[in-house]
Amino acid sequence: MAKIRLATVWLAGCSGCHMSFLDMDEWLIELAEQVEVVFSPVGSDLKEYPENVDVCLVEGGVANEENLELALELRDRTKTVISFGDCAVTANVPGMRNMLGGAEPVLKRAYLELGDKTPQLPHAPGIVPELLEKVQPLHSVIPVDIFMPGCPPSAERIRATLEPLLRGEQPEMVGREMIKFG
Amino acid sequence: MSVVTLKINDQELATETGKTILEAAQDAGIRIPTLCHLDGITDVGACRLCLIELKGGRKLLPACVTEVAEGMEVETHTEKLQDYRRMIVELLFSEGNHVCAICVANENCELQDVAVEVGMDHTRFRYRFPDRHIDLSHPQFGIDHNRCILCTRCVRVCDEIEGAHVWDVAQRGAAEYIVSGLSQPWGEVDACTACGKCVDACPTGSIFRKGTTTAEKVGDRDKLQFLVTARQERQWTR
Repeated sequence: MAKIRLATVWLAGCSGCHMSFLDMDEWLIELAEQVEVVFSPVGSDLKEYPENVDVCLVEGGVANEENLELALELRDRTKTVISFGDCAVTANVPGMRNMLGGAEPVLKRAYLELGDKTPQLPHAPGIVPELLEKVQPLHSVIPVDIFMPGCPPSAERIRATLEPLLRGEQPEMVGREMIKFG
Repeated sequence: MSVVTLKINDQELATETGKTILEAAQDAGIRIPTLCHLDGITDVGACRLCLIELKGGRKLLPACVTEVAEGMEVETHTEKLQDYRRMIVELLFSEGNHVCAICVANENCELQDVAVEVGMDHTRFRYRFPDRHIDLSHPQFGIDHNRCILCTRCVRVCDEIEGAHVWDVAQRGAAEYIVSGLSQPWGEVDACTACGKCVDACPTGSIFRKGTTTAEKVGDRDKLQFLVTARQERQWTR
């Protein structure tokens, strides 16, 4: 049997979900035997999202143009997309900027009002991705197959989600251990 | 006391006249999820989580404000009810700004618990991200309207148990919010006795003690029930 092609993606989040992924400790060795890590900020150094991915864990909300582009691309090339953690599921802390209105008031607040020396708005087309008006949960921009809440989801929860998938089964996302937010 | 017999989920029950369906179910150990209900204060049927189906009736009825009647046949967990309950909780999360990860009530929040109970792993509705304020004018307490679900438990506990009526409901619909005094900052409301009953009554992290940080709010809801029993039955021990 061909190995399962696993990817992990980091959008607008703090990387805490990926840290929690690494907290699976020695089970990572077992996981590595069963999957091929084809794209991941903590597991490979590729810049282009590959074709024919079986499972992808997506951490973070969708906050800027780069996030959106990668989200659309990975949906196109992945069988099972998992919203990985509260930022992907709810927009969570990155989404708190939405309460200020659109992107402009947020940038003005951060770079002009709070800028100490030579305050200016960042603008570098093609280098710094533009902010989207609102930070959105992943399922607002692409269809998502499995939702794994948590800030971060515990290593046990991540393992309990991945294990059935390795056997070709669907994980059961019910109960406090699997779906409690926060 | 006259006795009423009814069926809940095909279980035969005998209870007292005047009891609500929710009380009858609780006595029989049948759990119906609630958010705006709090033992010891008047029920208002605000959250709609306790909706039940009645055999022969087309309308869904809130169990907390529907009295038992002879021969009633109640269903509490049909597929339709479970669908609606999950939808209600999803709507509550989409309506306010509920960021569990940084909330004082994380791990000790009735909204968070009920989300698990109804099996909500995400909301199908767009988040509104409303612009709501936080009032920290009171020397001991704060109210964060972002986390408020408008259950009005604070309003009722303050009015009915403390007798101060500091809280009320202002505006209507999406603009509705909990207001203190005559729309004054909480700290300027003379009627407030700083008893803290609203802190214990609040199901979320909306009303909290100052200095409480993430996941540190531990509500003492039994205290309110104790006070009611103490006054009504003169039992002063817990």
